[in-house]
Amino acid sequence: MSSLTVTDEQVSATPAKVIQPAWVRVMHWINALAMILMILSGWQIYNASPLFGFSFPREYTLGGWLGGGLLWHFAAMWLLMINGLAYLITGFATGRFRKKLLPITPSGVLHDVRAALTFKLGHDDLTVYNYVQRLLYAGIIVVGVLIVLSGLGMWKPVQLYYLVMLFGDYPTARYVHFFCMAAICAFLVIHVLLALLVPKSLRAMIIGR
Amino acid sequence: MAKRSFLIPGVDKRLLIKDSLKTMPDLTRRRFIAGGASLGALTLLTGCDVVDSSSAEEMLKQVSKFNDAVQSFIFNPDALAPTFPESAITKPFPFNAYYDLDDAPDVDGKDWKLEVRGLVDNKKSWTLDELYQLPQVTQITRHICVEGWSAIGSWTGTPLRDFLKLIGADTRAKYVWFQCADKDGYNSPLDMRSALHPQTQMTFKYANEILPRAYGFPMKIRVPTKLGFKNPKYVVSMEVTNDYKGGYWEDQGYNSFSGS
Repeated sequence: MSSLTVTDEQVSATPAKVIQPAWVRVMHWINALAMILMILSGWQIYNASPLFGFSFPREYTLGGWLGGGLLWHFAAMWLLMINGLAYLITGFATGRFRKKLLPITPSGVLHDVRAALTFKLGHDDLTVYNYVQRLLYAGIIVVGVLIVLSGLGMWKPVQLYYLVMLFGDYPTARYVHFFCMAAICAFLVIHVLLALLVPKSLRAMIIGR
Repeated sequence: MAKRSFLIPGVDKRLLIKDSLKTMPDLTRRRFIAGGASLGALTLLTGCDVVDSSSAEEMLKQVSKFNDAVQSFIFNPDALAPTFPESAITKPFPFNAYYDLDDAPDVDGKDWKLEVRGLVDNKKSWTLDELYQLPQVTQITRHICVEGWSAIGSWTGTPLRDFLKLIGADTRAKYVWFQCADKDGYNSPLDMRSALHPQTQMTFKYANEILPRAYGFPMKIRVPTKLGFKNPKYVVSMEVTNDYKGGYWEDQGYNSFSGS
């Protein structure tokens, strides 16, 4: 735990070496915890009335039964929303999103996807995201916003009626919520796999450098 | 990996924690409980899976109460649930309960009376014929189940707020508590602001026909601003009260406000 608490003095003393600033690291791991709680409790809720012809295995659900899953889901949502909102505000305010995620050009993405598939994509400078990273990170932020909006709409379809309208109607918001979850799970698999393939990126997300 | 255990076999961990809490001085106890809110601390303290530890349950219960307050705060008494054309009605409208239709209450409409209790001027019981004399309105709204599915239905009956006015109910009271004919004693509290919502209805008809047994004959309370389990069927009594008397599902952990 002590490695997580990098003070401001330490950060400013070695500005060139810092890859991930403290606020990004703290919010990243809070988000990771919140996401996992939301996904596992969400699977429990899904199982009560599956949208498709399958259910999630009980071992991978949280809460024990529908009521427990709902309690977890509506508790972890505060963690997810407050942390997510703080991340969006800080990301825009500090210019991090603009500096790290833009521009995203089709030719850049194509080039880097080809390089990645032939294992020629370098990771020498972790402070600069390649085009595949930019696309995935920007994309998952959009998905994160959509899953929160569709979830809030389903939670309060009368009081927050305009949110449901945004997606069409209540049942459609349910499908949007599900597919956003699926997108986040797919992202999670790739994201964790790549972090393990390039361990220094994982280290940077833990100790900052 | 062997787990170190300081517990005596047969001793309930939850009771042990509860007992040890009592022996702690007040300040320590408060810190202990406050610390219990953090997941990491929970794991250390109980030495067992966070997910089924009693401290986690307590924390979730507190958050659910907080969510009740948030929902009550954002509840707009004038916000109406969307209404639909007849063509949008879900056919067949699903029967849903924790028992099969064959086990649903089979109420004899001739013997049935709606009992009225609590903070009301006129506590007389109402026969079905008397209730049928009251002015009725029809709404076509979406019923949303706590499980996630939804269905659109057509409900006809008397707005509950008109009935509450008629019996001289104290509308400053906190709840209207409904009891039902289900053999396990289904019941559910409805907060007064939701009870006074213009679309909250004492329902006597579904799709312009006398309410069938499947949907709660002789009377259902239709609350389109609440999840389905807070729309009690087979209602036998209502009590206007300031006490929170709990409910069949609410007591098992469903969020009590459960508003839409």
